[in-house]
Amino acid sequence: MPEWRDDPLVIAGRRLASRLLFGTGGMASLDALHRALAASGSEIATVALRRVDPQARGSLLDVLAELAVSALPNTAGCYTATEAVLTARLAREAFGTDWVKLEVIGDDRTLLPDPIELVAAAEILVDDGFTVLAYTTDDPVVARRLEACGCAAVMPLGSPIGSGLGIRNPHNISLIVEQAGVPVILDAGIGTASDACLAMELGCDGVLVASAITRAQRPERMAAAMRGAVVAGRDAWAAGRIPRRFHAAASSPTDGLIAVDTR
Amino acid sequence: MTAVVVNGTTWLGPRHVTVAQVVDVWCPSPKGVAVALNDEVVPTSRWKGTVITDGDRVEIVTAAAGG
Repeated sequence: MPEWRDDPLVIAGRRLASRLLFGTGGMASLDALHRALAASGSEIATVALRRVDPQARGSLLDVLAELAVSALPNTAGCYTATEAVLTARLAREAFGTDWVKLEVIGDDRTLLPDPIELVAAAEILVDDGFTVLAYTTDDPVVARRLEACGCAAVMPLGSPIGSGLGIRNPHNISLIVEQAGVPVILDAGIGTASDACLAMELGCDGVLVASAITRAQRPERMAAAMRGAVVAGRDAWAAGRIPRRFHAAASSPTDGLIAVDTR
Repeated sequence: MTAVVVNGTTWLGPRHVTVAQVVDVWCPSPKGVAVALNDEVVPTSRWKGTVITDGDRVEIVTAAAGG
């Protein structure tokens, strides 16, 4: 194995061999989730926090434990900093982790983040000892504010959650990557493998994929596709791509061509 | 009787009912479960000693699939 294959994603001092984070929402069954999660090679999977269902059969946490995948609790569904902070504290108690994927949504049609509530919640949770991975817009200024208040990673969206529209503003993602001193994990909007690959080619440190896998017709196979795409995109970014040119540049030598009488 | 709102539903419990007793009714095997009483987290270690009073709100939550 070449030494550059040892290229872990490091978040808050934790080394992760896989740069693909798995979002568990939207899967038809725990069995299907198990197979897709195994195919993804992910070491981290998000979980939401909801009221207990006395009729529930099987446990999401058991699936994660069987695959040695760590749960990353999220604050999905929270619209205010107050709700998100309480949800994060409940998650810490329920799952025994101080990691949280912080989401504070500002609009129920687009599910876009509310940056003002988000930064307020991030400040409180960082002060409270949480390792905060903040789901945010693709605004470089908001990303900088989140990093400044102590977030362990910033997670800009490619496009709205579940939309599958890919990365609508690659330039903003590049700006966020360029300035960031913490890992940048593209979150939301991935539709297919090329979107995940592009995120990595733009220099993102990781990608979080949920619906694109869980709602694919064959989730296990899409999980494998995403795994390959993230590795390919990371390698392409690290390899240093050639510049784009307006005209062609021959790759075969122009000297030593044979002479042919074309009259 | 103590009227408690548990996960959005009014539930009538005995006087001096504790968080631990409410959890036992709603979730007999509370692994990976957390409780909030009136919007404050009650750590597992304090479930037995925390008495609920009339009109309190209890949320009992656990993991669900989610992005």
